[in-house]
Amino acid sequence: MAEAHPVGFQWVMEAKRRGAKIIHVDPRFTRTSAMADTFVPLRAGSDIAFLGGLINHVLRGGHHFHEYVVNYTNAATIVDESFADTEDLDGVFSGFTGDAYDPASWSYQGSRVNPAAGERDQWNDVLGASEHDRAAAAGGSTPRAEPETDPSLTHPRCVFQILKRHFARYTPELVEQLCGIERWRFHEVAEALVANSGRQRTTAFAYAVGWTHHTVGVQYIRAASILQLLLGNIGRPGGGILALRGHASIQGSTDIPTLFDLLPGYIPMPSAHPDLSLDDFVATNAADKGYWANMRDYVVSLLKAWWGEYATAENDFRFDHLPRLTGDHGSFRTVIDQIEGRVRGYFVIGENPAVGTANAHQQRMGLANLDWLVVRDLNMIETATFWKDGPEVDDGETSPTEIGTEVFFLPAAAHTEKDGTFTNTQRMLQWHHKAVEPADDQRSDLWFFYHLGLRIKSKLAARRLERDADQRERDRPVLELTWDYPTEGAIEEPSADAVLREINGTDANGRALSSYTLLRSDGSTRSGCWIYCGVYAEEVNRAARREPGQRQSWVAPGWGWAWPANRRILYNRAAADPAGRPWSERKAHVWWDERQQRWTGHDVPDFEATKPPDYEPAAEARGPEALRGTDPFVMQGDGLGWLYAPAGLRDGPLPTHYEPQESPLSNTLHTTQRNPARQLYHRPENRYQPSGAEPGAEVFPYVFTTFRLTEHHTAGGMSRWLPHLAELAPAMFFEVSPELAAERALRHLGWATVITARGAIEGRVLVTQRIRPLRSNGRTLHQIGIPWHWGPNGLTTGDAANELLGVALDPTVHIMETKAGTCDIRPGRRPRGPELNRLVATYRARAGITEHTGGDAPTPDGEKRDDGTPDSGTTTAEGGGDES
Amino acid sequence: MREWLRWPVLRQLLGSDPLGRGQAARSAATDREHARTEDADAVVGSVCPYCAVGCAQRVFVRDGAVTQIEGDPDSPVSRGRLCPKGSASRSLVTSPDRQRRVAYRRPYGTEWEELDLDTAVDMIADRVIRTRDETWQETDSDGTRLRRTMGIASLGGATLDNEENYLMKKLYTALGAIQIENQARI
Repeated sequence: MAEAHPVGFQWVMEAKRRGAKIIHVDPRFTRTSAMADTFVPLRAGSDIAFLGGLINHVLRGGHHFHEYVVNYTNAATIVDESFADTEDLDGVFSGFTGDAYDPASWSYQGSRVNPAAGERDQWNDVLGASEHDRAAAAGGSTPRAEPETDPSLTHPRCVFQILKRHFARYTPELVEQLCGIERWRFHEVAEALVANSGRQRTTAFAYAVGWTHHTVGVQYIRAASILQLLLGNIGRPGGGILALRGHASIQGSTDIPTLFDLLPGYIPMPSAHPDLSLDDFVATNAADKGYWANMRDYVVSLLKAWWGEYATAENDFRFDHLPRLTGDHGSFRTVIDQIEGRVRGYFVIGENPAVGTANAHQQRMGLANLDWLVVRDLNMIETATFWKDGPEVDDGETSPTEIGTEVFFLPAAAHTEKDGTFTNTQRMLQWHHKAVEPADDQRSDLWFFYHLGLRIKSKLAARRLERDADQRERDRPVLELTWDYPTEGAIEEPSADAVLREINGTDANGRALSSYTLLRSDGSTRSGCWIYCGVYAEEVNRAARREPGQRQSWVAPGWGWAWPANRRILYNRAAADPAGRPWSERKAHVWWDERQQRWTGHDVPDFEATKPPDYEPAAEARGPEALRGTDPFVMQGDGLGWLYAPAGLRDGPLPTHYEPQESPLSNTLHTTQRNPARQLYHRPENRYQPSGAEPGAEVFPYVFTTFRLTEHHTAGGMSRWLPHLAELAPAMFFEVSPELAAERALRHLGWATVITARGAIEGRVLVTQRIRPLRSNGRTLHQIGIPWHWGPNGLTTGDAANELLGVALDPTVHIMETKAGTCDIRPGRRPRGPELNRLVATYRARAGITEHTGGDAPTPDGEKRDDGTPDSGTTTAEGGGDES
Repeated sequence: MREWLRWPVLRQLLGSDPLGRGQAARSAATDREHARTEDADAVVGSVCPYCAVGCAQRVFVRDGAVTQIEGDPDSPVSRGRLCPKGSASRSLVTSPDRQRRVAYRRPYGTEWEELDLDTAVDMIADRVIRTRDETWQETDSDGTRLRRTMGIASLGGATLDNEENYLMKKLYTALGAIQIENQARI
């Protein structure tokens, strides 16, 4: 955090000054470790074992925050008797079908509940929409089915008991064995966590992509959630699990998603189902209870924002204008579809996949097989120049005259040259004002997409008469799209303010709405992103507010605007006890004011303002009204924090330790080596390496993990062209321990080459005690740290770490594993020209790598299976079960 | 005063500034120096474009150009601080290496060519429409509605503004393009 988010880290130091204990867990000793009270080095890829050990410590010792756990989590809920745990089935949960899970057996006894995020449609796939759901979506008043509970937490199938059994083997000894963390160090952390949680104190976890870039990434976060819920550290000041995100508006681009599976405000993109109506869609995706029960209000308001007067109750508000998904359409699938000729046109907007995405060679293969490519960026990044001087051209593998991709490079305007909002990592929108005009052809992306949209609309309108009825119908969603924004200045820049106001939404009279609670499903309201409703309340751009922090409370509600409703801590009802009183004066945040009969406090309460703590819903109640006065997690279908996730994940209701896709170790917890539901692509350019005891694993004996530097940003597009930053961090390097340097004859500041089954890259050697060998599973394990900012263009150049990485994905969110892989390292520079590929091929041959390596299921003859589909050549998607 | 009497060392020895840290060390050249921030025409509120901490910036402008970017001490998030990247953001926006013109590479071409912006946008619109027409999927083989093109994809968004992501998602969805992704996944 001190390195990648240094200015945010000032608050950690502030906490330390006030007596907080800082614990840093990382494979590498960094500036964060230097400032921490305790540094815990661990093996990359072993965090679930570590967190599971902490969970077991809490449960075994009875250290959980009992009153919080009983009232605010699903600890008491009883799970269906058909559920079987990984502890019962040697590393798989019930419902495993060979490459994916049927989650039906994970559900609560006597009731099912839709998840607030993740795979919401999976129930529809499994069960189909029930009559009950359809009735509920239509506003019916069927009594709710409530799951069975046991508040004594003793029922053998209650979540609390399931957790205890699931984590019982995650002992300090196991943690030492799997993570390489000594027992005394583990105990120090466990005891500090317990001592610092409860009524008087709270503990926060901060993480970044070191936790998410794994084939079990979602389950890493789930493990932290379980621990924090058990300790009562969610929804309270000083608590939480804080994602430290890495781009200025990566939170915003998730909220208003340029992501395939979402519509604005975390509404799922509809999947293809026969005769899917708006009501069916809502029925299968919305919850009965809590604010997701109002999904129809959000969806209709979005459709009205997009298709305006054309969206009416009679035509389902143009729900059929939305395209339909059929499985995973994430960016790795897309690149394979580029290589195979299905995707022909590609926009790349402020991203640099030619060096910035795992298996960069595969990315460039995709780029080279397009009909047309549009790149918009500040600098001439590798994604725009791959055809001219990319590694494949340098190596003589291909040449510009063999690459047919038509490339448009359009220079972008910088943040100082346009108005707009970024949403930071705490969900806060901040407006940046235009300071100067962009020069020459430089334009904002707002300008580009607005004018591109105008141009497309006018061309489609012009050809209308030549088209047959079906073709005209196809163009209708574009022609009916609301696209009327005022423009400013000579370049006709569309007004970002007007776009933000559309995102906020308006009422039937065209006035800006002040809250998402005012949205209606009758078509009278419009809102482009329901969770952002209120950012333009009373016609004021609240993202632009800059009331100085020193003149405000520590919550600082007058600076910017945080979604939803300017709440700074989500689910803050949990900051008060069931009776509505603060757990302690020290940790007071929001509370029930008996005299005023409403919730009040330092923050905007994340709860219905006048619902008393002793409120009990009627049997027919639905939506927020169906939640009790003690249910703080208002987006959840049962109002509770989920220690156990009965739905929403593709790889199980609980986190389980699996080895990374590529690991030098065998999984000693159970015989299931890797996450059985992970997504793989067995392809010639994406070969996997053997692991553990598999023959050939010794060819890649070292663990590597990628990381960021303070002086560079992501794939370098915004930092490698800057003289100061290029001088501060001037060269690609590998961080290795003195022991590994001795083992492989690596010289400090000399050259080394790192090799995997995908590629070989060179860099300078940095020999440092900051990275130490670990003892793990009885052997000495060396780890290598590799920064990933470099590429061939810019002022500082070097090989890209992404040449090394293969594509193996978390099944729920389709995020790749970059934080734990295996490799070899040797002194000297890498070969040039055809010799480079020959070197990598030699390694593949030595390790005996085939198209089956890294897969799971043996076929009857003992060979690994080959489930390549006929139409996709050698492509195989394993796990996830969502090949389209 | 004679020229040699203005030597700093003499002024330091003879004047009221024996430590040479004030008046004695000043010269006409010193007096002509001043901070770029002092003569700015405007100071504009902004936000750092790198990571997601969201440090507030003050952008100093003179004669239509950015002359300096500093942290904004009013921000309750950053309290005026910027990291090395944020501190370097003036050179991000004023760098002479930044691209200012559209560059076009025709299929199998070996060099970049010039192209005016208006023509480029028009050509891109034509390609979107053509690719969409050629790859349109109205239904799957069972007749279930798909209403989409699998021929057009997009990548990027986390470095952009919310308003930009909004227009992108809105336009792509209306076009039926679904392979829309950004850095949040990778």
